[in-house]
Amino acid sequence: MTTTEQPQEYKVIGTRPIRHDGLDKVIGKALYGGDMKLPGLVWGAVLRSPHAHANIKRIDTSKASAAPGVLAVMTGADMPVAESIELETGEEVTNLAHASLKLMAHGRVTYKGHPVAAVAAVDHNTALEALKLIDVEYEVLKSVLTVDEAVAEGAPLVLPDHIGNDLGEKRRGTNVADHFRHEFGDLAKGFSEATVIVEREFSLTMVHQGYIEPHNATALWKSDGKIEVWTSTQGAFGVRSALAPILQVPETDIKVTPMEIGGGFGGKINIYLEPLSAILSKKAGRPVKIVMDRKSIFEATGPTPGGRIRVKMGANDAGEITAAEVDLYYEAGAYPGSPVGAGAMCSLACYRVPNSRIDGWDILVNKPKTAAYRAPGATQAAFAVESVVDEICRRLGMDPIEFRLLNGVKEGDRRADGPVFPRVGNLEQLQALKESPHYASHLDKVTKDGKLRGRGVANGFWFNGGMQSTVTINVNSDGEVGLVEGSVDIGGTRASVAMQAAEVLGLRAEEVHPVVVDTDSVGYTDVTGGSRTANATGYAAYLAAHNVIAAMKERAAILWEISADDIQFADGIFSSVSDSELRISFKELAGKLTETGGPLAASGSIRQRGSGGSFGAHLVDVEVDPETGKVDVIRYTAAQDAGKAVHPSYVEGQIQGGATQGIGWALNEEYFWTDEGTMQNSTFLDYRMPTSLDLPMIDTILTEVPNPTHPFGVRGVGETPIIAPVGAIANAIADATGARLTDAPMKPSRVLKAVKAVEDNGRS
Amino acid sequence: MPTLFIPIHMRRHTGGADRVEVGGATLREALNEAGALHPALISEVVQGDRIRPGLAAVIDGEQTVEGLRSKLRSDSEVHFLRPISGG
Repeated sequence: MTTTEQPQEYKVIGTRPIRHDGLDKVIGKALYGGDMKLPGLVWGAVLRSPHAHANIKRIDTSKASAAPGVLAVMTGADMPVAESIELETGEEVTNLAHASLKLMAHGRVTYKGHPVAAVAAVDHNTALEALKLIDVEYEVLKSVLTVDEAVAEGAPLVLPDHIGNDLGEKRRGTNVADHFRHEFGDLAKGFSEATVIVEREFSLTMVHQGYIEPHNATALWKSDGKIEVWTSTQGAFGVRSALAPILQVPETDIKVTPMEIGGGFGGKINIYLEPLSAILSKKAGRPVKIVMDRKSIFEATGPTPGGRIRVKMGANDAGEITAAEVDLYYEAGAYPGSPVGAGAMCSLACYRVPNSRIDGWDILVNKPKTAAYRAPGATQAAFAVESVVDEICRRLGMDPIEFRLLNGVKEGDRRADGPVFPRVGNLEQLQALKESPHYASHLDKVTKDGKLRGRGVANGFWFNGGMQSTVTINVNSDGEVGLVEGSVDIGGTRASVAMQAAEVLGLRAEEVHPVVVDTDSVGYTDVTGGSRTANATGYAAYLAAHNVIAAMKERAAILWEISADDIQFADGIFSSVSDSELRISFKELAGKLTETGGPLAASGSIRQRGSGGSFGAHLVDVEVDPETGKVDVIRYTAAQDAGKAVHPSYVEGQIQGGATQGIGWALNEEYFWTDEGTMQNSTFLDYRMPTSLDLPMIDTILTEVPNPTHPFGVRGVGETPIIAPVGAIANAIADATGARLTDAPMKPSRVLKAVKAVEDNGRS
Repeated sequence: MPTLFIPIHMRRHTGGADRVEVGGATLREALNEAGALHPALISEVVQGDRIRPGLAAVIDGEQTVEGLRSKLRSDSEVHFLRPISGG
C-alpha cells in the first residue's frame, strides 16, 4: 500500500526495473574481493591474540621469517608511529593512534582477536602454517567485559593513558571515555504532572551485522611508492582517507577499488585488513591478499554495542507524556566511540516530551571496538523506550498506536536533543499502520495446543545522512548513457541512482548504464551508509543529468544555428520554443555529438544537507510456547515513510531486511562470552541469525511524505527498519504472556523464566 | 536575533546559560559575538577556520554544510551536536 501526499507523475521514479547488476550476481560473474587475482599475488594471514587483555612481553618472528615460502612478516613495530590526534575519516572522527593500534597491537592487546603479527607467503596454507611459528609471550591482565565492571571502583583500565570527558571535564584513570547530556524543561515538574510513571532498566549484549561475505583486502605497494587496494568496503574514499594517515602516505598516492560487496550494514565502513596487506606488500614486493575467517570477523571487527539502559517516563490521564529521562551506558569496545550519541538523540525522538533529560556514557571494555550497524545505537534505545511506552499504554488502557499518534512528533516539534523537526512523516506512517488489515485483524490469545499469542507495536526514528557524492554521465552516440559513480552498490543503489538520471534525461532505466569505479576515476563520494545513497548520490545524478541536458541544448543550438536559450527539453525531445518544426530526440541528438563539438560528459557533485529524517512503526504477532519459552513470529507488518520510493521493491527489501535483522537481535543473536573475554559462539552455526524458515513474510507499508531537501522528495530508508523490531517483539511477548522482558535477546531460557515468574505471581 | 543553544558540557563557559542570543548574519559572526561575551566558548566550537571535528552545527534543524560561513536568519536556532554516522 502506498499513500502519496503530493502525487507527481514520474515515468521512471516509482517503477520496478530489473537491477543493472542483477544478472552478474545471479550467475556468479560479479567480482568480489575474494575473487582477486593479480600477477605474482601472494596470501597474507593474521596472528591474533588469544587474550582479551595482556601485555606483549616478546614477539619472536625469526622462525616464521625463515620458513620456506614466507615472503614477509610484520608486527606492530612495522606500523608507522601514529600521533594521538583527532581525524575525520569519511563520516567518522577517530583518534589516529587508537585507529592504528586497533589494527595491529603494539606492546599491549586490548581485545581477544587483536592482531599481533601478520605474514605473507606463497599460498594460504603456507601463511597459516607460518603463523604457528611466531612465538608471543604474553603477560595476561585482568579484563573488564561489561559496563558495570568497567565503571566499578578500582577496575582495570582498558586504555591507561586515555583522558575521558565527563560533561566537559577531563578525567584520567577511568574507563568512561565520554559522558554527555541533553536536557530540556523542568523534569521534576513534568513527573509531578504525571499520573502514570514507569521506570525500567534494560540490558543488551553485543550483536554483529552478520554480513555473509568476509572482510578481504588485496594491496600492491608499487615501486614508485603508490599503493593500489582492492577491497570489500562500503566506501572506497573512506578507506583511502583512513589509510593515508595510518600508512603516512599522501592520499593521492593511494587508489582504492571497491569490489562488489556481500553485505555491510555499517560493518564495512572501517578498515581492518587493508593496511596490513599494504605493509606486507611493501615488504614482500608482491601484491598480498588477505581474507578474514568467520571467527576473526566475530572476534575482531566491530559489532554493535551491548550495554545497559534505564528509562523513566510519565504521562497524564489524557495520555500525554509529561516527562522522560533516559540513561544509556554503551560498550565502546577497546577504543572510544560507541554509537551512544546517536542512540541518545534517537531515544525520545518519536515523541513530544516537554521535560526531558538524556545522559549517555561511552564505556571502554576489553571487547572489539564497536562499529556502525544500521541506525547505530538507535535499536538499543528504542527497545527500552518503546517497552516503557507500551507499559504506560497498558496502565492507561490506551491503544498503542493512538498513544503514539497523540504524542508523536510532526513538523515544528522539538527533539529532546534540541533541533526542531522539519517536514517529517511520522504521523502519516503511524496512521497507515493503524489502518492496516493486520491491525484490524483478530488474534486468538491462546492456540488449541496451549501456545500464547500476543501483538506488539513499536516506533523508530533515524536521522539519515546526506554527505558528499559525485556522478559523471557520459553520453554515447547511440543515445544511451554511462553513469559513473563512487557509491558502492548495496541494496540496488546502482538502479536507484540510474533511475533518477533516467527520469531527468527522458530515458528508460535500462538505457542508463551505471558503473562503480575507483577513487582515481570519480569525484569524492562518501560511504554507502547512513541511508544516504539513493538520496545524495541520486541528487548528484539528478544534477549531472541536468548538466547533460544543458550541454545538449548547446549542441542543438549549433545544429539548428539558433540560441540555446530558444531550446526546451521535455519527454526526451529537444525543441525550439520559437520554431515548432525544430525537434530532435535525445537519442538522435546524441548521434550528432561528433558534428556538434565532440564527446559530451557532465558531472554533478553535492554535499547534501540531510537525507530526510525517517520514521518506521512495526506491528508484530508472536506465539510463545510456555513449555519451552520459544517465541515464533507469526505475522509482521512494517510501515515507513520513504519520502518517495525510487524503486519500491528495493525500499520494501530494505524494510524486510532491517526487520529480519531486528527480529534476530530480539530473539536469538548475542555474543556469548567467557569470563576471560572469549566469544564462545563465533560461527554462524552458533550465532543464531533468522533464516527464511524462521519468519513469515514481512508485509510493508510505504508512506510518501516528500523530503523537501531532495528534488524527487527521496528520504533515506535503509536504517530505520531495524529500530522498532526489538521493542515491538518485547511488547508482543508482554501481550502474550504478561511478562515484561527487559534483557535482549529474549531467548527461550529468559522467556521461560519470565513466564514461570508470571505464573507463580499471577499476571501483572 | 539568532540563538545559539549551548550544550551542557560547554555551559561552564557561559555561566550556566543554556542559550545565547547574538547578532550576526553568519555562524562565524554569531560565534564571534558570543565569544566577546564568553571567550572560552569559542575554542570549544571552533578549531582554526572550521567547526571542531567531532561537533556538528545544526542550523534550523539541518546540519550545516557551509560550516562557519553558514548564513543565519534573524530567528535562526543553532545547536551543536555530535555528528551522526550511519550504517
